[in-house]
Amino acid sequence: MATLNIEIDGKALQVESGKTIMDAANAAGITIPHFCYHKKLSIAANCRMCLVQVEKAPKPLPACATPVTDGMKVYTRSEYAIKAQKAVMEFLLINHPLDCPICDQGGECTLQDLAVGYGASSSRYQEVKRVVRDKNLGPLIATDMTRCIHCSRCVRFGQEIAGIMELGMAGRGEHTEVMSFLESQVASELSGNVIDLCPVGALTSKPFRYSARSWELSRRPSISPHDSLGSNLEVHVKDNKVMRVVPRENEDVNECWLADRDRFSYQGLNTPERLTQPMLKHDGQWVETTWQEALEFVAGKLKSLPADRIGALSTPYRPAEELYLLQKLMRGMGSGNVDHRLRQSDFSLDDHAQGGFWLGMPVTYMSRLNRMLVVGSNLRKDHPLMAHRIRESVRWYGELNLINAADDEFLGKVHAKRIVAPSQLAAALAGVCLALAELKNQPVPAIAAPYLAAGSVADDTAKKMAASISSGETRAVFLGNMAQHHPSYAQIHALAQEVAKLAGASFGVLGEAANSVGAVVVGAVPHRGALGQAAIKGLNARQMLAQPLSAYLLLGVEAELDTHDPVTAMASINAADFVVVMSPYKGKSLDYADVLLPIAPWTETSGTFINTEGRVQSFAAVVKPLGETRPAWKVLRVLGNLLGLSGFEHNDSQEVLREALGDTPTGNVQGFLSNEVSGVAAIPPQAIDGLERVAEVPIYQTDAVVRRAPALQMTRDAALPVARMHGSLIEKLGLAENGRVSVRQTASALTLKVERDDLLPETCVRVPAGHPLTAGLGPMFGPITAEPA
Amino acid sequence: MSLLKPTPKVCSWTREFDNPGSLATYVANGGYQALRRVVTEKVPGDAIIAELKTSALRGRGGAGFPTGLKWSFMPRAFAGDKYIVCNSDEGEPGTFKDRDILRYNPHQLIEGMAIAGYVLGARVGYNYIHGEIWDCYEIFEAALKEAREAGYLGDNLFGTDFCFQLHAHHGYGAYICGEETALLESIEGKKGQPRFKPPFPASFGLYGKPTTINNTETLASVPWIVQHGGQAFLELGKPNNGGAKLFSVSGHVNRPGNYEVPLGTPFAELLAMAGGVRNGRKLKAVIPGGSSAPVLPGSIMMDCTMDFDSIAKAGSMLGSGAVIVMDETVCMVRALERLSYFYFEESCGQCTPCREGTGWMYRIIHRIEHGQGRAEDLDLLNSVAGGIGGHTICALGDAAAMPVQSFLKHFGDEFAYHVEHKRCMV
Amino acid sequence: MLSPESLAAIDAEVAKYPAEQKQSAVMSALRIAQTEKGWLRPELIEYVAEYLGMPAIAAYEVATFYNMYDTQPVGRHKITLCTNLPCALMGAGEIADHLKQKLGIDFGETTEDGRFTLKEGECMGACGDAPLCLHNNHAMHTHLTPEKVDELLDKLK
Ligand SMILES: Cc1cc2nc3c(=O)[nH]c(=O)nc-3n(C[C@H](O)[C@H](O)[C@H](O)COP(=O)(O)O)c2cc1C
Ligand code: SF4
Ligand code: FES
Repeated sequence: MATLNIEIDGKALQVESGKTIMDAANAAGITIPHFCYHKKLSIAANCRMCLVQVEKAPKPLPACATPVTDGMKVYTRSEYAIKAQKAVMEFLLINHPLDCPICDQGGECTLQDLAVGYGASSSRYQEVKRVVRDKNLGPLIATDMTRCIHCSRCVRFGQEIAGIMELGMAGRGEHTEVMSFLESQVASELSGNVIDLCPVGALTSKPFRYSARSWELSRRPSISPHDSLGSNLEVHVKDNKVMRVVPRENEDVNECWLADRDRFSYQGLNTPERLTQPMLKHDGQWVETTWQEALEFVAGKLKSLPADRIGALSTPYRPAEELYLLQKLMRGMGSGNVDHRLRQSDFSLDDHAQGGFWLGMPVTYMSRLNRMLVVGSNLRKDHPLMAHRIRESVRWYGELNLINAADDEFLGKVHAKRIVAPSQLAAALAGVCLALAELKNQPVPAIAAPYLAAGSVADDTAKKMAASISSGETRAVFLGNMAQHHPSYAQIHALAQEVAKLAGASFGVLGEAANSVGAVVVGAVPHRGALGQAAIKGLNARQMLAQPLSAYLLLGVEAELDTHDPVTAMASINAADFVVVMSPYKGKSLDYADVLLPIAPWTETSGTFINTEGRVQSFAAVVKPLGETRPAWKVLRVLGNLLGLSGFEHNDSQEVLREALGDTPTGNVQGFLSNEVSGVAAIPPQAIDGLERVAEVPIYQTDAVVRRAPALQMTRDAALPVARMHGSLIEKLGLAENGRVSVRQTASALTLKVERDDLLPETCVRVPAGHPLTAGLGPMFGPITAEPA
Repeated sequence: MSLLKPTPKVCSWTREFDNPGSLATYVANGGYQALRRVVTEKVPGDAIIAELKTSALRGRGGAGFPTGLKWSFMPRAFAGDKYIVCNSDEGEPGTFKDRDILRYNPHQLIEGMAIAGYVLGARVGYNYIHGEIWDCYEIFEAALKEAREAGYLGDNLFGTDFCFQLHAHHGYGAYICGEETALLESIEGKKGQPRFKPPFPASFGLYGKPTTINNTETLASVPWIVQHGGQAFLELGKPNNGGAKLFSVSGHVNRPGNYEVPLGTPFAELLAMAGGVRNGRKLKAVIPGGSSAPVLPGSIMMDCTMDFDSIAKAGSMLGSGAVIVMDETVCMVRALERLSYFYFEESCGQCTPCREGTGWMYRIIHRIEHGQGRAEDLDLLNSVAGGIGGHTICALGDAAAMPVQSFLKHFGDEFAYHVEHKRCMV
Repeated sequence: MLSPESLAAIDAEVAKYPAEQKQSAVMSALRIAQTEKGWLRPELIEYVAEYLGMPAIAAYEVATFYNMYDTQPVGRHKITLCTNLPCALMGAGEIADHLKQKLGIDFGETTEDGRFTLKEGECMGACGDAPLCLHNNHAMHTHLTPEKVDELLDKLK
């Protein structure tokens, strides 16, 4: 690309051709006032604030939209430029309410800031000001539409980033108004970003509304504890309370965005359900106690039990230091019964995997892939910002192929898709494998051979996918949460690996949770220790919960919601002698625990999450622990001491991390990550006669914090679970659309509303998991019956 | 008159016939011969562009941009889709000439667009027709049907490999869609909001593809030029202002209507053709090129000839050739109030100065007209107009500012009188 | 929600544009829908949007941007009178007064019997025939005089 010589405000600059004056100025540290321009959005050039003088141009030009030309001389602060900028500012202000004192944007408002520099002291506008009716956009975004300056950033965000145009500018001229259709609530899982994008106070955070002024807040860096991206956060704190969360820009991770889950889940921190005092159950009664007493009691009880009768389970949402110490504690006692893979059901890869599963590439690569195959993933809801990156790839003419059990809207172009019942997922993948072998003139891999033998042939869709993912320059095959939870995960993983090999594609596993990768890395698994070192082996999560053990140590686990099969899990836990729950919340554990230990949520402890690409991201506490709450790593350290175990002398969490990952954590982690599996025998999944369940964990039910965030719980994504079925199935079962159905898996029946979803396979009933209402149903996969209620 | 002989009635010659808009009339008088010749003889596109350049045909849509030059910007060799688009969204107050071409001579436009398709390498064209002249949309659809059936549109025209399809697209009440990029947005099924340029339509036009947009009269002039040569067209008018042009004369004249006269015709002559000022009154002011052109006092106009250069020299614009004639009874404050309301009403609303400023100007003028003017209002008006002009995405901002500035310049005393006496001078 | 004739008309419009550009037909589709149903209620706009595979809000933007769409109920006969300068010079003001007085309503209003809605229009590109008005968007009546207005109103039941 040619380099051009230009001059801005007398400064000689070299700029790549194709760049705008704004780009060049930004790179040179010259600020040009602007509102509509945003580096991640298309150029609208509609606010006109960035008008600058360009030598020989007959009129001022918008810096954001004007490409540089060789020899161009630009003046951003000349009298001529300032005059234009001031004119624009005056126009922006004439109809603006100037209600800064009652505006949440006050103190962080681009209009306010620029008006100081460019506005006149008094208004020449003596006419009646425009008033615009506020819009109800749902529980997350508050509106004050009179303040809108029509920069159209929010509208472009929907079209270009969220992939769904929910906001538009209706009307014309002075009467143009930003709104959603029929005041419908915005439903995008990325919607909160418009709050940041809005340069004025027209769109603000509803949960945050009127709760603090921006200058009262201290801003502290953190890392999101939800999905496996590890979005970088800035947590805003006042009086030791988290008031709101905004993105901390990191081009390599979340860019400048946040998913709504990352942004609004903090509300779940400040709930009355918080556990703030250690508690013991005495004769069925809960009594508050001291840490000393509680931990001594726990240690005494554990010492009295055979180590292999104790099971330690953690969610993958806890920091690496805690997971490391939990497994160290268990192994110190002589048991390898430790796991975090609570929703997984097939653990057979533990004997075949070389390293820890991961994305297989840096996250940034996901924005520029030419060919993708995603298997078993509810992409948008499970990985909102990675879905955005994939959409970006698709917009750059990438081809996305999907194999899944549900056909949820991806909000971007899908090249080919195959929607099959979960029991058919492996077969669908095998079809692509066969098609690829044929296309590439390669022998059929052993893992796919049985499908060929069973008469399976690659159909047109499989061929289309095969042709797609073996072409283009950058290719990738990804496995989603549904694939990882699948009862035949090993088969699916091994098949996907062969597909990737045949296609010459990179192969990745989209980590389920904030620390899914981290937990494996630090050895919170029964088959090996930190960084894959040999360690005492033990039972995996399913084995621990299949039959009751004597005692369970639960770290952040809400067993009725976080497990693959809550019915079995709860039966085992209820049958255990001794259950210790370490959690920031009381919750249902009041029913089944014997000891409750208040541990810090991520905002009240330091810690580390290792994201799906193996990025080690440590964070510090942003507020002091609530009440008697303690960081879990400290609790485990003390417990180790009380148990008489050696090696529990850490002074801070970083020391724990160094012990787990060595002095060069990043390098060591990267060295350990691998999706390679070998020696997996081909065992095609059994066919299911009759109906089978499709279960996803709804986006706002994934973990304990988000479950308690009130505003998120009011969104459409948090609506009560229903049973979704294909229209023909509804008819066949004699059900009525929107009527009631009684569904049953193993134990009790559950009555749900029927909703029609013709995009589901005709043999499936889709009932979400991870929800209190459906917890009594049974495992996430397998046979299900449905009959009129 | 007909297309067979060079006449100064470039676009309006069919009016002499009984059934002016029919295919039969058109073909019987030389219609579609130019298209047939260029297509069957494979006349190089460059040669036609050269003729257009010689002809000094300047865009009839308002800006007066040389058509041959515009066509030469099109990446004709580009292999992908390209489009030719006709701008029949005539909504500039005072302009009603394209309506008559659509009603009385649609085939000459179709032929012109087909030739443009041939030259520019576009296989598809769209004609965007102002929503309010609904009958013209239907007439044009019918003409398209005739042309398709007669083999002037469609695949493999005249047995060659040249294919050209043409469709009509209607507006539905938005002046701004006359602006060429707003028009493209509108064809794409969006709000008609102008795009920032660059990129220009020639590289990024309809659906992001190379596109050439011309006014109805511009395109309808093309068959004449191809038939008779650029030189003949040039000679109709005057240097740099080739051809004859339709002038829409409205307002205080005895015979309002369209008059096609050679460029360079004295204004006085045109006024006489329109029957002179109504009721023998005195000519007060003329807007010579549609409402967006600066107003000129009658005395200045009487010294002008009707061509781009002469009107520009007098301080206004020939624009679309809409001549709005105002006699001595007109209150200039009231006239400007109505015009400024128009721009306020029609601003697309995307860019700040136009969205906010047009309403501000209208409200000030409205106040003055209603006896609530203030001493500082005239300066304020000039200043607000200055804040809009040159600062917007499209020329509507300038179009809104220019009337205000020119009315104040030439008739400032009337405004001052209004402010001072709270009533009208006339 | 729309008659087979209307849907066929929409399909004919869709056919004018490249296959992946169905949205281009939205202006026609809204016009066809409005002609059949009288005005564009939100459900109708949503239906059209769905039919063309575009976001409802995008269709709503179009419906509210262009003046000739009615997103509020109108009378059986919508009279849109151009009052722009060229028309005003040629007597549109008197016609406006006459219409208002005759119908007993102002611009932007509908008669109580739901028969007439009066609207003020902008330049219709026919100034030579001023004063003029549009009846239900598609029929233009030119060279208006108070007498011609009376005749027109009497005809429209
Ligand atoms: C606000 C505005 C309204 C316009 N209206 C029209 C119009 O009604 N008809 C037209 O042909 N050009 C109109 N134009 C000019 C077009 O943008 C464009 O220059 C023209 O169609 C090019 O055709 P030409 O080169 O043949 O004149 C308008 C421009 C602006 C800024
Ligand atoms: S100048 Fe006016 S009409 Fe033109 S783009 Fe800007 S707001 Fe729209
Ligand atoms: S930032 Fe350039 S016009 Fe808005």
